Amino acid sequence: MNEAVQIERSTRISYLFAAFGLLLLFFLITAPFYLGRSELYLLVEIFSYLALASLWNLLAGYTGLASIGQQAFVGLGGYALFALTIFLRIPPILAVLAASIVAALLAVPTAWVIFRLKGAYFAIGTWVVAEVYRLVFAQVSGLGAGSGTSLPTQVVQSIASGRAARDNLIYWTGLGLVVAVLTVTYLILRSRWGLALTAIRDSEPAAESVGVHNYRTKFFIYFITAGATGSVGALIFMQKLRISPEAAFSVHDWTAFVIFIVVIGGIGRMEGPLIGTIVFFLLRAFLADLGPWYLMLLGAFAIFVTLTMPKGVAGWLAEKFDLDLFPLRRRVRLPKLKSNEDPEASGIGRIGI
Amino acid sequence: MDLVATVVDGILLGGLYALFASGLSLIFGVMRLVNIAHGDLIVLSAFIALVVTDHFGVHPLVSLVLVVPFMALLGYGLQRGIFNRALDSDILRPVLVSFGVSVFLQNALLQTFSADSRRLQAGNLETLHLDLPGGMAVGVLPCLMFIVVLVVIGGLQLLLYHNELGRAFRSVSDDQQTAQLMGINNAHLFGIAMALSLAIVSVAGVFLGIRTNFDPSIGPTRMIFACEAIIIGGLGDLWGTLVGGVILGIAQTLGARINPGYQILAGHLVFLAILTLRPQGFFAKIR
Repeated sequence: MNEAVQIERSTRISYLFAAFGLLLLFFLITAPFYLGRSELYLLVEIFSYLALASLWNLLAGYTGLASIGQQAFVGLGGYALFALTIFLRIPPILAVLAASIVAALLAVPTAWVIFRLKGAYFAIGTWVVAEVYRLVFAQVSGLGAGSGTSLPTQVVQSIASGRAARDNLIYWTGLGLVVAVLTVTYLILRSRWGLALTAIRDSEPAAESVGVHNYRTKFFIYFITAGATGSVGALIFMQKLRISPEAAFSVHDWTAFVIFIVVIGGIGRMEGPLIGTIVFFLLRAFLADLGPWYLMLLGAFAIFVTLTMPKGVAGWLAEKFDLDLFPLRRRVRLPKLKSNEDPEASGIGRIGI
Repeated sequence: MDLVATVVDGILLGGLYALFASGLSLIFGVMRLVNIAHGDLIVLSAFIALVVTDHFGVHPLVSLVLVVPFMALLGYGLQRGIFNRALDSDILRPVLVSFGVSVFLQNALLQTFSADSRRLQAGNLETLHLDLPGGMAVGVLPCLMFIVVLVVIGGLQLLLYHNELGRAFRSVSDDQQTAQLMGINNAHLFGIAMALSLAIVSVAGVFLGIRTNFDPSIGPTRMIFACEAIIIGGLGDLWGTLVGGVILGIAQTLGARINPGYQILAGHLVFLAILTLRPQGFFAKIR
């Protein structure tokens, strides 16, 4: 009698990666004690892009909601930070969290309107909404209208006393935010929601027919990602200390780069944004001085990757080396076979969910 | 009376938006591609017209003799070389690829022509106007643009419904696999459709360049206007796209009348309102 077929999710690689992740996290938490100011600043930027990319990946790669308008929520989060701290005198760190509530609440009417559009026109619709928010904030004179405003000195000082303490606190907030985003994304993908998302991505009618509420599921993911994107936006502009409609709702900075990161790293895989962010910051370190040439190269590279390896670097690694850093897929382990049975049928089978 | 003049301005502005949109509408109809680089291609053709007019000292409208074939060839190449490879059942890849093309083009233009604002010099065509009864006047240029968009859309309709090529376009639009079984070379046909789309784009680009200042960054906004016109009018109907463009144009000029800062915002808000009340647009043929 053979032993039963087993379903497994974690692999040796994923345990190793988890151990490595914890080690890395320890170093990152203690980083302010041995890294300089500019390194910390760069790390917060990396955290911001990693968080934005993971959120966009959850939205587009897993849910099929190809938004080109996530800059709407980055900008709303940034402006929420300024409005909450200046007008309501809410402590800045608390305002970073509150910004997610503001962004998520505004995502509700936004989704209600643009969910009428499908596919590529949905992408355009999200962009239109982001433009609407940009044009509206350009009219708000209390926040500097079109030319923007700086975070007042007393607000800056209320983050923490002293520049070093402020830098450290912003750094830890950023680290906390990116860890939270990655954890929540991971938990969603491991849950029933994750299964529903994969089903929707593969076939909407089929998903609906097996009991997935497509609309509700998409709405939920849009709502969650908008909220988290808002917090990241608040963090970004807390670090910059200055906001303007152009910077806050920039499609280049908060959507184009993010899309390139996810596409190059691997869309629809949790490893994608991690790898993409590393590639992006390496390219930036070496090529940013080239100005427009750098963006042309980045655009061309993203087109090339989309056409030749649609699953990006992470997908290529997974196919080539059977490498899953996050235990999200289910693998079927077939029972060990007796020596007289067909050896071809033994070993680990895979199903692609 | 002032209000009437504003509405007339809006209608004529809408003609330009419909011209932006008709090329985009054609390729969406044929291959369900929403080309996010469409606006940047409009700006590209304005810049090429600028080079041609500077180099040969000709009128911008004459420069079309060179700009149209150039853009058509570019369109065919772009389609065969890049977009065809991204078209499959996945909706995400065409969006990502055309977005990549958009960023690439914008920065290529920035690198070549700098961020300075430019304009095509069209001599007295810019200021010529017709006096209408009631003390109103309309510019000859906006009227010419409107006539051109009528000709373009009328021509596309003739092509689509009374011509062999149009029949091929419609059959591919209905069912790509079956069309291929009937001996249609889809890849080539898509190339032709994109060539046609960019030929229209080059006319739109030249009119844009005569009418307003342009710089490498204004493409995406023109693409958004074009998409709004298409969605308001209803997907797949070219005359609907014209109506959509006109509605958008009127919304913008009325918004600008209240406050110049509200022009674009008013257009977007009317678009979102129509989307909320009538998501399929006014004359949709494609669902």
